[in-house]
Amino acid sequence: MRNVNIIGAGLAGLSAAAVLAEKKIHVSLISAMPSERAQSVLAEGGINAALDVSGEGDTPKEHMADTLRAGGDIADPEAVRGLAYHAPEVVKRLIDIGVPFNQEDGHIAQRYFGGQKKRRTCYAKSSTGKVIMNALIDVVRRYEAEGYVTRYPHHVFEELHAEDGVCRGVTVRDTYSGTSLAFSGPVIVCAGGLAGFFPGLTTGTTINTGEVQAGLFAKGVVFSNLEMIQYHPTTIKTSAKRCLVSEAARGEGGRLFVDRGGSRWYFMEEKYPELKNLMPRDVVSRKIRNVLHDPACGDQVYLEMSHLPDEVWVRRLPDLREEIIHYLGIDPAKDPVPVSPAIHYFMGGIDTDAQHRTNMEGLYAAGECCSLYHGANRLGGNSMLGAVFGGSVAAETCAGEAKDDGSVSPDVVNSREDGAVRSSFKNELCGVLKEALGIVRNEDGLTRAKDEIRERIVPSASCRMEKMIAALAEAMIESALFRKESRGAHTREDYPKRDPAFCGAVTAALVSGKLEISVRRISGDENPV
Amino acid sequence: MKIRFDILRRKDPESRPYLQSIDYEAASPEETVATALTAFGEEGRFTDTAGNTVEPVRWECSCLQKKCGACAMVINGKPRLACDTFLFEEGKKGRIRLEPLGKFPVVADLIVDRSILFENLKTLQVWSDETVRTDEDNTDSAYEASRCLQCGCCLEVCPNFCAGGSFAGTASFVPQARLLVSLSGAERERVRKSYRKHIYEGCGKSLACRNICPAGINIEQLLIRSNALAIWERVRK
Repeated sequence: MRNVNIIGAGLAGLSAAAVLAEKKIHVSLISAMPSERAQSVLAEGGINAALDVSGEGDTPKEHMADTLRAGGDIADPEAVRGLAYHAPEVVKRLIDIGVPFNQEDGHIAQRYFGGQKKRRTCYAKSSTGKVIMNALIDVVRRYEAEGYVTRYPHHVFEELHAEDGVCRGVTVRDTYSGTSLAFSGPVIVCAGGLAGFFPGLTTGTTINTGEVQAGLFAKGVVFSNLEMIQYHPTTIKTSAKRCLVSEAARGEGGRLFVDRGGSRWYFMEEKYPELKNLMPRDVVSRKIRNVLHDPACGDQVYLEMSHLPDEVWVRRLPDLREEIIHYLGIDPAKDPVPVSPAIHYFMGGIDTDAQHRTNMEGLYAAGECCSLYHGANRLGGNSMLGAVFGGSVAAETCAGEAKDDGSVSPDVVNSREDGAVRSSFKNELCGVLKEALGIVRNEDGLTRAKDEIRERIVPSASCRMEKMIAALAEAMIESALFRKESRGAHTREDYPKRDPAFCGAVTAALVSGKLEISVRRISGDENPV
Repeated sequence: MKIRFDILRRKDPESRPYLQSIDYEAASPEETVATALTAFGEEGRFTDTAGNTVEPVRWECSCLQKKCGACAMVINGKPRLACDTFLFEEGKKGRIRLEPLGKFPVVADLIVDRSILFENLKTLQVWSDETVRTDEDNTDSAYEASRCLQCGCCLEVCPNFCAGGSFAGTASFVPQARLLVSLSGAERERVRKSYRKHIYEGCGKSLACRNICPAGINIEQLLIRSNALAIWERVRK
């Protein structure tokens, strides 16, 4: 039986596993923890598909246009076309496997979401990720019982096997026993985003360490748009992390305000009378930052939801309300909630073509670790869609190309004796990255960060992974330096305008150990900047 | 806020467990046990009350907001999520005792191997070969049943569950209930039989699991409905 290795058991990984197992290709499903602990279970607000259930005339074409526009026109239009036009069948499939989406008048309900004028987002209260994951886990469980999927649920990445630019497999380590296992065959990477580079500062999980990406980068895998980091406008701070207050809160009518001269100033509504509080996330986060820098305004932005009807709290956002009460002691049905922007999503990542191939033969990427659909800024509701759809496309591509060279059973191999990444290293690196890669960036801050990573943040001699993480972090900074313009989530105060020269992906790769950054323009224009 | 943590530690499954006490100064009472454990994971930062350097404490965590179930452990005698246990609540008396869950084999320190949870779901064949129908009648139940974290807290307090026994416990019953309320025909019959064998016949109805679920799943309600569907053969509602 052919074998394909999938790293990551979140939405993208499960979606890919189901497609391969259906074709009777064996999947070794490798993850640091079981799927129930994957970051995908945290996704709240919903999943987009132009189903037009409310008769507003929504179409996949419009979904595609909204996605490209919100992404600053640098995502691959062909890939985004596939995403938007297949979205209705993705949602249909999720309905068929029993995802308990909210329903209204006998059909699936859809809510308003940021950057989109039509109701396009299917949801299950504000726990959409959890219930989709639960249904997909059940689907994959059947393939496990049939022997088409073997899970390795407490195994972490050690090293990719690459020979002459071809991926031959991967070595992982069992965190329970310490044993290292070498898998052969093609690899689909579904490892999530780079939340681990910013411990405590994101809405993500601790298991999305970014170590897989750092290991791939070290092997010459090309990354793109690493400078594109999404700050979600509405998060709350707990002692351990940032918790998301779903965009659904604003989709259902929540209003952002700041105190100005003793009264509530609904700044989004004044500035953006059409989409108001539902402008794309990059716009809202930037605006929040600006009002907080305005001496006439108070130093805290609030989300007002007390006017929302009971129906919303009972049927659509009961879980969100419970969470805010639990962690802040504030009932959003009564009082405004203090919110602030925080890192939520990484648009950039492993560079792939529209079929999810990386630059390395036999290596594919899907989900948040893959830079493909979201350009410079992701639309709310498109991440789960990108993960489910992207995972299935990657699996189809891999199934069509991979030779029968994998083995269903891994070999036990000697461990590399690499030390663990120290939390002090992660915290120091995070301190540098967060200063340089905030909502607004500039040459001075980025250059300083580059120097600090090179000179001050010293990777441990006994930990190769620290060195690889530092190299990927440096590539993030260099990408942000290289893109001398403002577009989407990347705002340069020294280059405040868009520059057509950068209309495309900023790519980063280690070539013979040296970092190379360039731009691949979306128009097909090959002239480099 | 100063709290003494007493942690039952073990280097690996073969070594002897020992209790290590560490004094922890919390920056805020809003911190959780997870915040303290994150600090205890830092190399060389703490010495225990006997003056020894604390080796990083091993525990599992992922979401840190009670949505993934990774950090389940026994906290002052009760199975809970570390990220859901505030110090102002549990640390009032100045001491917090942490132990690994008791019904699963220990891997190291506070990490236990919960693979039996996932094996049981396979034994119960929690999947469907048919389209799963959700409509306005069963969506709420299916939603509730989709929320299980597979943390294992309910099994810890269950007088009837033991790993390897035929009773699969609440952690299996909840995901199974999603199918029970949504399926029809032969597939539903298959799930009903499995429910009868692995849940109904083994459950002593102590309802010890009722108030323990960190996700707050309404277990009693789901049980009543599942019994109605699988045992008393009431109509699908």
